[in-house]
Amino acid sequence: MDTPLIEFRNVTKRFGDKTVLDKVNLKIYENQITTIIGKSGTGKSVLLKHIIGLLTPDEGAILFQGKPVATMKKREWEDYRSRVAYLFQNNALLDSMTVFDNVAFPLRRTTNLSKKEIEKRVVKRTRDLELTEAVEKYPSELSGGMQKRVALARALVADPKIVLFDEPTTGQDPIRKNMILSMIVHYRRKFGFTAVLISHDIPDVFFISDRIVILWEGAVGFEGTYEEAVRLKLPMIDEFLRSLEGFQDELTGLLSREAFRVHYAAMLGGSAGIPTASAALFSVEFDLLDETLGPQAAVEVLRALGEYANRRFKPVGGFSARHRRDQILTIFPHASPDKVRQLVADFARELNQWALARIQNIAQTKMGAEACPEIHVSAGITEVSSTDGIDQIIEKAEAKQEIVATHEGGSGGSA
Amino acid sequence: MTSLDRIGSANPLITVLTLIGLGTLRLLGNFGALAIFFFMAFINIFRRKQLREIVNQVFYIGARSALVVMLVGLFTGMVLGLQLFYTLVKFGAVGALGSAVSLSLVREMGPVLTAIMITARAGSGMAAEIGILRISEQVDALYTMRVDPVRYLISPRIAAAIISFPLLTAFFDLIGIIGGYLTGVLLLGTNGGTYVYRVHSSLNMVDVRGGFIKALVFAAIVSCICCFQGYFCHMRTDGYGAKAVGLATVSAVVLSCVMILISDYVLTSFLM
Repeated sequence: MDTPLIEFRNVTKRFGDKTVLDKVNLKIYENQITTIIGKSGTGKSVLLKHIIGLLTPDEGAILFQGKPVATMKKREWEDYRSRVAYLFQNNALLDSMTVFDNVAFPLRRTTNLSKKEIEKRVVKRTRDLELTEAVEKYPSELSGGMQKRVALARALVADPKIVLFDEPTTGQDPIRKNMILSMIVHYRRKFGFTAVLISHDIPDVFFISDRIVILWEGAVGFEGTYEEAVRLKLPMIDEFLRSLEGFQDELTGLLSREAFRVHYAAMLGGSAGIPTASAALFSVEFDLLDETLGPQAAVEVLRALGEYANRRFKPVGGFSARHRRDQILTIFPHASPDKVRQLVADFARELNQWALARIQNIAQTKMGAEACPEIHVSAGITEVSSTDGIDQIIEKAEAKQEIVATHEGGSGGSA
Repeated sequence: MTSLDRIGSANPLITVLTLIGLGTLRLLGNFGALAIFFFMAFINIFRRKQLREIVNQVFYIGARSALVVMLVGLFTGMVLGLQLFYTLVKFGAVGALGSAVSLSLVREMGPVLTAIMITARAGSGMAAEIGILRISEQVDALYTMRVDPVRYLISPRIAAAIISFPLLTAFFDLIGIIGGYLTGVLLLGTNGGTYVYRVHSSLNMVDVRGGFIKALVFAAIVSCICCFQGYFCHMRTDGYGAKAVGLATVSAVVLSCVMILISDYVLTSFLM
């Protein structure tokens, strides 16, 4: 792999007698989303604050593109800091200033841009983040989600290369949590920054992260992809991840991935041979929705998909879980693929009638019904054999996926 | 283990001496920190993009304090006129009322009372405002945006105090002398011409300059202490969050008042 953008080498930080970070070694790569998770008080925010220079290590070094930041000259240090933005957990907006002034503040104080140019950039950023109507308001007049967007606009207005998010979703409801995470992915793609975030929202945060770092008792307990963490099954970390994930996916009401695995293992153990089991893999074009209608619509569709899958398939013994951000896998323990096809057709009809109508409402409000893009929900149905692992089932079902429901702009849906 | 724990087992004399030593060290440390803080803030007054903030702060510290300062000045002058009249009558020296009122005000009471009034009105506000910015992480947010918090928050306040204190002191002195005239001349019947003549003849430039020097020193002391208390309120060990802001505000006002009186004595002994 390339030289890391930021590297921690044996970083130790103490507050009085308490060692918060103990010889932390960590790598953050360019253009990736790295998520830091860990129990409360394990030094996650302390770690993030070291990156921006709010704290300095007692021992060890922090390197930026291979160069220790402690040895940087003043100009280099300023240049490095100009590339890093920090999004505080409580947003830390300047509460005596309007939204416009908050977003314009870094440009006014740290650049020589003309008043006109600053205004142009602020207007663009506030428009990008759907804040146009709030520019004259004060932070205390805004909802939590809007404040978060203002903080994001302020962080992004100077075009940083690295954005640090300190628990951006804490205290938000499941829809808003997913909206914020979608926003991070959306704007990372749009503006091309490297993101480092602290979050406990499992599994949602894993769906968007390229790498995860688990802080364990002041040190890095694991560093890698989520799949690697699950595969390694390090006892304490595995238990911690499970405790965070719980039994239910907050957004959709479906099973968590771990609970799904347990159900599947029980099913395999309970019926020898399982001759009639089948699976259906549903997916929705989340990125397209996100791009055209914004994160709220995308998250609403996903939630509706999960809600309807649960309602339709649970009574016939089916159990479902999200396996990617926009992918739901349902296993039917006692149904043949033909039977499942019938169930999916009924499900698609209901989905068109109710769930996709929600998109239309959002589309009408946001961009006019005629402009709403065609949206597809796909499903792939496959037989399940007793030797299949979950990944294999997903692979087989993915190969058979076809469109089962379509929303055709202003004219409504068809199954 | 705290310092007290470490010295707990030693004999009483050593314990007392150690406590005095620790207290002295802490005091010197705080003075050192305050001096560095003032120095950092002061040199940043002259950097770019400060004028607008300084003007805002002059309005907040100066213009908005003017009314209360003048009101206090008026009544201080009136009380002085009243008290001194009855004292001077006993010695048959009522004619010296103008001198006594004006010299008391210009040399001592004007700078001191103005500084105390501004401390109560604007100093407490400075400490509370900066303290809230600190505990809500807005100070850290400034740093992450590459805005030096000392330069943005502290320097304009110190500059504004240095501009406002002498001006408000001048207002205080003037209104106080008028207050003395109101009681001495209009109420108690002293000769008005004598009062004005005595004011004019007894006040020298040295007295006025001394008063302004005091005002400048008090401006530096009050603004620095109030900003320092607010800026470092998160490091207090006797309270956290909103309580720390409250305690910082109280400390700012008390310390400023005490330091105004101590420095007044020191300055007076040099200026006499």
